[in-house]
Amino acid sequence: MSIRQTFTGDLKVLPTHGFGVRSLTWWGVIAYMLIEGGGFALAGGSYFYLMSQETVWPPASLPPALLPGALFTLIILLSEIPNSLLKKAAEAQQRDRVLWLIVLLDLIGLVLLVIRGFEFAHINVRWSDNAYGSILWALLLLHTIHILTDWAESLVLTVLMFTGHGQEPRRFVDVSEDALYWRFVWITWLPIFALLYLVPRLV
Amino acid sequence: MRRLLSLAPVLLLLSGCAGAQSMSEGAGFGSQQFNHLMLLFLVVTGISYALVLVFLTVAVAGRRNEGGEARLRSLLIGWVGFILIGLVLLTVASFFSDRREARAGAEQEPLKVTVSANQWWWSIEYQNDDPSRVVRTANELHLPVGRPVQLNLVSGDVIHSLWIPALAGKQDLIPGRENDLRIVPTRIGHYRGQCAEFCGLQHAHMAFDVAVESPQNFAAWYAAQQQPAPEPTDARAKAGHDWFMSHACANCHSIAGTPAGGVTAPDLTHVASRQTIAAGTLPMSRGNLRGWIANPQGVKPGAHMPAVGMTADELDAVASYLETLK
Amino acid sequence: MTASEHPDDTARDGPELDGPELDRILSETWGDKAGLIGWLTTVDHKRVGKRYIVTAMTFMLLGGMLALIMRLQLARPESGLITADRYNQIFTMHGSTMMFLFAVPVMEAFGVYLVPLMVGTRAISFPRLNAFSYWLYVFGGIMLWVAFLRDVGPDIGWFAYTPLSGPEYSPGKRADFWAQMITFTEVAALAVAVEIVATILKQRAPGMRLDRIPLFVWGMLVTAFMVIFSMPAVTLASSFLLSDRLVGTQFYNATEGGSALLWQHLFWFFGHPEVYIIFIPGLGFVSAMVETFCRRPVFAYPVMVAALVTIGLLAFGLWVHHMFATGLPRLGYAFYTAASMAIALPSGVQIFCWIATMWDSRPRFEVPMWWVVGFIITFVIGGLTGVMVASVPLDLELHDTYFVVAHFHYTLIGGAVFPLLGAITYWFPKITGRMMNDRIGKLAFVLVFAGFHLTFMTMHFTGLMGMPRRVFTYPAGLGWETLNMTSTVGAFVMASGVLVFLGNIVASLRRGAIAGDNPWGAASLEWAATSPPRPYNFAHIPAVTSSTPLWEESLPVFSGLRVKQRELVLTTVVEAVPDIRDPSPTPTIWPLIAALATTGLFIWSIFSPWALVWGAIPVGIALTAWFWPKSPPRHGREPVIE
Repeated sequence: MSIRQTFTGDLKVLPTHGFGVRSLTWWGVIAYMLIEGGGFALAGGSYFYLMSQETVWPPASLPPALLPGALFTLIILLSEIPNSLLKKAAEAQQRDRVLWLIVLLDLIGLVLLVIRGFEFAHINVRWSDNAYGSILWALLLLHTIHILTDWAESLVLTVLMFTGHGQEPRRFVDVSEDALYWRFVWITWLPIFALLYLVPRLV
Repeated sequence: MRRLLSLAPVLLLLSGCAGAQSMSEGAGFGSQQFNHLMLLFLVVTGISYALVLVFLTVAVAGRRNEGGEARLRSLLIGWVGFILIGLVLLTVASFFSDRREARAGAEQEPLKVTVSANQWWWSIEYQNDDPSRVVRTANELHLPVGRPVQLNLVSGDVIHSLWIPALAGKQDLIPGRENDLRIVPTRIGHYRGQCAEFCGLQHAHMAFDVAVESPQNFAAWYAAQQQPAPEPTDARAKAGHDWFMSHACANCHSIAGTPAGGVTAPDLTHVASRQTIAAGTLPMSRGNLRGWIANPQGVKPGAHMPAVGMTADELDAVASYLETLK
Repeated sequence: MTASEHPDDTARDGPELDGPELDRILSETWGDKAGLIGWLTTVDHKRVGKRYIVTAMTFMLLGGMLALIMRLQLARPESGLITADRYNQIFTMHGSTMMFLFAVPVMEAFGVYLVPLMVGTRAISFPRLNAFSYWLYVFGGIMLWVAFLRDVGPDIGWFAYTPLSGPEYSPGKRADFWAQMITFTEVAALAVAVEIVATILKQRAPGMRLDRIPLFVWGMLVTAFMVIFSMPAVTLASSFLLSDRLVGTQFYNATEGGSALLWQHLFWFFGHPEVYIIFIPGLGFVSAMVETFCRRPVFAYPVMVAALVTIGLLAFGLWVHHMFATGLPRLGYAFYTAASMAIALPSGVQIFCWIATMWDSRPRFEVPMWWVVGFIITFVIGGLTGVMVASVPLDLELHDTYFVVAHFHYTLIGGAVFPLLGAITYWFPKITGRMMNDRIGKLAFVLVFAGFHLTFMTMHFTGLMGMPRRVFTYPAGLGWETLNMTSTVGAFVMASGVLVFLGNIVASLRRGAIAGDNPWGAASLEWAATSPPRPYNFAHIPAVTSSTPLWEESLPVFSGLRVKQRELVLTTVVEAVPDIRDPSPTPTIWPLIAALATTGLFIWSIFSPWALVWGAIPVGIALTAWFWPKSPPRHGREPVIE
């Protein structure tokens, strides 16, 4: 090195993991949320743009059946309770609590995916019928991909937590971030629910 | 006098740039506005650029300057002020130019023409309250000087853009939308328009001719266009007429006063009176007409006109017939 | 938790472990395996950055060759050199290659290479994601070019307007290859953007407060956020297009409630920020070079930062200026005119500040500064013609003509490529350890500069004379012949300059003068590392007390990071106080495998929607294997990511 170095401090004493803003994983998850959130916002914008091209909305069909959508919404909102507990348990590194909460959430995820299937079955329009059908399917599919990827990630994390790796502090950070991402999944669901189920009934 | 004076510098600057498709022609109210506004922008941006170059030259060539920070700070504030004033000036000038063009000829009843763009030709229909006085043509626009024309723009397939640079700015033709373009031609002459939105294979060969004429000449042209196609008197032309009506041609093309009523291709009722064929691709001539009919794919590969199998004799007959459609 | 006593965990860098011995240990810890395996599994941001640069420059050459073919065709009216179909593919490939495969990736590449070095850390924030993003990018580029060489290349323009690009008017798979290339390159770009943000906000050297980071790093931060907010738009747009073409959705079909303009809004919402994504890193290059060669920080640093951020924000409010001819309400247009004009202000301010820096110092005009001067002379013209096309009445004539072609080449080549060529010359010593040849560098500049202006200044007039864009030929008699021939000649002059520049690179790699750590006498941290840098970048994590660390008396460093395992330090976001020792991921083949699986998914989905289901399975497996810890549980040992 061409410039003289002087030792000014020691990093030895620093911890090797941190939660939230302090961890790189958090920043990765937040960035991912910005990307996905931006995508959803634009899909929502496309929805309103396409709606402005029509005088009747839905143009040629019934709105999607309300029951599956409402049931989905109810369950996903309720899932925030175990989700918050999971996040707290992860940050307190309480392995046993984490284990049964994460399994519970995996099961809830499965139930939600099944209900999602019913939502698709009762959406009452084909994606190819018209632009209304296309954007509805697109919104529902985008959100489903979210749930699926988060659910798959949770499953992997669940298995991991049951192994010896499940005692590493970094794994608890991963669980905490996964719980954070789940919040994003249901928060983004709310406006999509409105676009799919409420707007076609209100206009 | 004032108008002449204001035009002089423009003409000076752009005198080397004249042409049937050139903006500098200023043959319409819109393109005149463009030239004036462009001049203003050139002046303001030119001054800005000169300032930058001067500052750069001084900085590159000059000696080290002591205590410059304070002076630079004031210079920066001045520069910001200059840019702000310049941008505001140009924005306001644009706004007023736009409004002036929107109001041009507003007190007159516009000529109404519907233009429908298709890959790669222009269908043109002069509207009239009396349906029997509607004129249908293709790839050529005649306009009376000094009278606004309201072009109603629709597309039959993809996005196109109608643009006659010598007269005015452009406007897109978008499937599912109707757009409007109002042009006020101000100088008699022949100009050329071209599609200005990439529309596929032969986008480069989708042009049209524009004739701005005196009101009398326009009226004469319009009257002639209203006439149905004359009956062919010559035997050759008659043979061509019969061949045309009994083969594929009549399925796509229409000729008023004959059984040919196709709407997917240009109207040919007065095709021989046009300057060019194949949407501005070839000048109208005996040879070109024959060449086009015989081998459209050779002239304009991908054009939707198929090569219709015909003998040399049949070709000559059909072309002879079309040449009578003045 | 009691600290680990294992020697591999307790071995730390510091005054006791320094010099060649420390280098030996750190090189082993941070190095790659030898040969092909090392090359395929590396997660070293410098190696990944270099391959990104080389690949992007290769695409630049390919795109440039396409431009030469276009110019040959247009040199004469109705020249008949190439068919309409071939030309339409060529101009589409030229634009798509330059925008998606060259310009954005090369800027990201320099970010990937330089940002960790400039902020004083050992690695980029998500090294495996970085490796993955490269593979995805190159596979997407290869897919597109293979399609082109097999005559199924896209022919719809780089902007692919619907309904021309839709299923009815673009049968076959041409448009799908284009749309999927978008997915490849946007995912790659988003990944890099995330890494850049995390690296800049969390991995800065202790003491490197936000007001001390180099302007290039500010530029990359703004660019990364712009990527994050704009790229989802084009990915959504192209996904809708693929879906219209593959499964019959009606997003862009007006007869079934869709809208051709929806495409334009979504595309340009991305497309306008895109050009600033290309341009802002170029501004960062200029700041870095001006600081070094004027031997003083750029004038008015806070103003420069504000200008960068303003440009980044304003860029999102301009997109409708690409749609002035579509017939939207005039009142709405006024807003976009104002915003499009307004963006000239921060750009103008930056130009002032650079010139002011030169004025208030004694600049050394090494070759990189030639490119800076060339940039100022050229880019400002582009910015000013931009002000012209921001005006609706002017734009309605100028839109879709060669005037606009001139405008954007002035801004993109003048504003991004000139700084890039200067940046290559400037950082070549750091990347390779050798200097580029001075005289050849100056010759290259003169040829490129002269050739550029000959080619593109002419096009302003070609446009004013009425020549539209995207035409494979034009008729004689409209006065365009001489102008086009001039542009063609200019293009070949410019190409010769590019070849000279490349020749300089090749020759200098072998015979360039040895550079040393800091041949230019620069101030930023990357010049504290060796040339080329060691795999671990810095033997001890540097700290900074100013924005020009290498111009201070000495460089403070921290001791205490592990040397037997990969470790770096995370600092706080604003004040850069050391916070956490974070393990850094080791090399692995899984990013490559995941990229191959993703490539399979993407390409298969051009042909069948079921690819999204079945193709997701190998991707899921690859990602799981990627993240699955490869070393046994640590049980109180210090953490690693293997």
